[in-house]
Amino acid sequence: MRRTMLKTTLAALAVTTGLVAPAFSQELRMAIWSANEAHLALFNEIGAEFEASHPGVTVTYDSLAFEGYVTTLTTQIAGGNPPDLAWLFDTTAPDFMAAGALYPLTDTFAKTEGYDIADFPAATLTAWSRDGVQYLYPFSTSPFGVFVNNDMIKAAGAKTPAELIAAGEWTWDNAIATAATVAATGKQGLVVRDFDFKIWENLAEIYAGWGAHPWSEDTKSCAFNSKEMVDAMTFIHDAIFVKKALPGPGVAADFFAGDAAMTTTQISRASLLPKDDKAFDWDLVPLPSGPVGDYAWVGRAGIGVMANAKNPELAAEFLAFFSSKANVAKLARFFPPARQSLLTADVLSAANPLLTKEQIEAVVIRGVATGQSTQQVQNFAQLQQTVRAGLDGLWQPQADISGVLNSLCDRLNPLLAAN
Amino acid sequence: MTIALDTAQARPKRGFWTMARRDAATGYLFIAPQLIGIIIFVLIPLGLVFWYSLHEWNVLAGSFRFTGAANYEKLLSDPAIGEVMSVTAVFSAGLAALNMSMALGLALLLNQKLRFMTVFRTLFFSPVVVSLVAWTIVWSFLLQSNGGINGLLQMIGVEGPNWLRNPTTAMISVIVVQALKNVGLNMILFLAALQGVPRELFEAARVDGVPRFKQFYRITLPMISPTILLASIVTIVGALQVFAQIMILTQGGPGFSTTVLVYYLYQQAFQFYLFGYGSTLSIVLLVIVGALTFIQWQLRRKFVFYEN
Repeated sequence: MRRTMLKTTLAALAVTTGLVAPAFSQELRMAIWSANEAHLALFNEIGAEFEASHPGVTVTYDSLAFEGYVTTLTTQIAGGNPPDLAWLFDTTAPDFMAAGALYPLTDTFAKTEGYDIADFPAATLTAWSRDGVQYLYPFSTSPFGVFVNNDMIKAAGAKTPAELIAAGEWTWDNAIATAATVAATGKQGLVVRDFDFKIWENLAEIYAGWGAHPWSEDTKSCAFNSKEMVDAMTFIHDAIFVKKALPGPGVAADFFAGDAAMTTTQISRASLLPKDDKAFDWDLVPLPSGPVGDYAWVGRAGIGVMANAKNPELAAEFLAFFSSKANVAKLARFFPPARQSLLTADVLSAANPLLTKEQIEAVVIRGVATGQSTQQVQNFAQLQQTVRAGLDGLWQPQADISGVLNSLCDRLNPLLAAN
Repeated sequence: MTIALDTAQARPKRGFWTMARRDAATGYLFIAPQLIGIIIFVLIPLGLVFWYSLHEWNVLAGSFRFTGAANYEKLLSDPAIGEVMSVTAVFSAGLAALNMSMALGLALLLNQKLRFMTVFRTLFFSPVVVSLVAWTIVWSFLLQSNGGINGLLQMIGVEGPNWLRNPTTAMISVIVVQALKNVGLNMILFLAALQGVPRELFEAARVDGVPRFKQFYRITLPMISPTILLASIVTIVGALQVFAQIMILTQGGPGFSTTVLVYYLYQQAFQFYLFGYGSTLSIVLLVIVGALTFIQWQLRRKFVFYEN
């Protein structure tokens, strides 16, 4: 009797002091690299819907700086405070999957009513799976295009990309010629956004047009000294140091601030286009064709659940909700979906009022359908740093291009062979 | 025998808390907070870092495997370590030499009895209190090829280099940016030391007709040598630990030309997920800092002048 009374008293105390509520509450935290208010508002809206159907669950988003994102994530994992879910680059995902750091999602997706995994083209799932198990949801499959400042190009007396496309002359040679014409007026020509002579992977938007890749298909040997890459790098070097069509090393130029005629980047950057009195006549066109003809380049990001999250099953359930057809249609405003059923001009133009149907057809739909993307390889961070250091020798006016690329391969080959 | 017994009986019984023990306990109580802090935040982490250096720790996989001296063997065969060490030595020596000479020069200038000296002292000290990251970001803009420094050079008809993209100028740039940031601290130390030098020594030297330059190295330098020793230890230890400036300005490049030991350590541990090897590198850094400090401390007997 006395024991029952004691239990009852303790239970009452626990309820009144709020001890019970936290025991049933569950916080889900997703690490992201965007701090864009519009992105966060949409994420919070989806989180709130999940909270409404899951009492006691709260969903928060942890906006980490893009620079050093993976480092911060790794530090959180090392410190025993990993997020429940995280965005990952396609370059980072292989290391996370190989290390067993991610929770398998195949079963959760399969048992979620109406999820329809078959809606994702097989190619979009491959990068995010290992040994037939799905570890990440293909969150963003975002093609690169060229944003154009028509006002600046017309003022320089050059042909706009739209005119070149109409004439069937939208090639890298002509794009660089247009950029050089603008650069001669004192503005900058073409900016490879976020490259800044450090993030060399972004040059893939150009060198893919030459059919060049950083390493062999089996990722066991370096391909920086292949003919395709040497030709592509020679073209880029010439565009920077001879034609001055690309801003040189150490020159800051932002297309969206009106500093340059063109920039290669993804459609989500349309939100950066200036408004009001700073607005200009802009266009979005596909990447110019290279020696291999027309091509597209796609950037990918996935979302995974951390294997050592506090409640990975619940986190996976949230991810299935986050990537449902209804939510992906909303997210399509910023992040081009991998879901085939949503990859239509109607859905995408409703989500992207800034873009015309023609722009969406030409850049997004064609890009997702035909786009190449980064060759995935393990130990990417070390390879990336080695390439960055090796390519520094290239960004000099008198650089010996073949010599630099051969020397880079000498450093890179042992690392690739050890993978 | 009887007398001795009487004496023992007459002596009052002494308790445990004698005056000496009470004083000692009070002393220990006073230092206890600091001591506990050092144990928790210095000694235990230091021990853990050494422990980690004996392991292969894959953060992503959550694996932690004892490998003994494997990381130390890897260090000896690391092809990049020689380059990293020489870059670290050049950076530290360059920074120490520039910082100390600038600080001493400024202290000598600002030790004059002229108007507005307080304003100048504040001005030169102000970078010390500015946020390191903010300071370095501003300099990263100034050092761009179309940045403020080259803009100034252009005004006098000089075409400036691309400061952060050339191995030599990149190293000079990071040294200068760091030296300017902390020169005020050493300047204040030297200023205080200069003001402690007895005036009568200079007056006597003047009466004897000793030239000013000789006064400087015969009187000033020996009299402030304890401060020079302190400043040199602090500056060299600080130089060996530089990180944020490298991260923001050059990310170790171009090539490996500014990859100092701490930045290399950061890359290994936090970018390549090699926490065990990163810990080994931090132990190496600790040994280097300890050895240099010990050598400097030993050199005081030869170069440092104490009045007593």
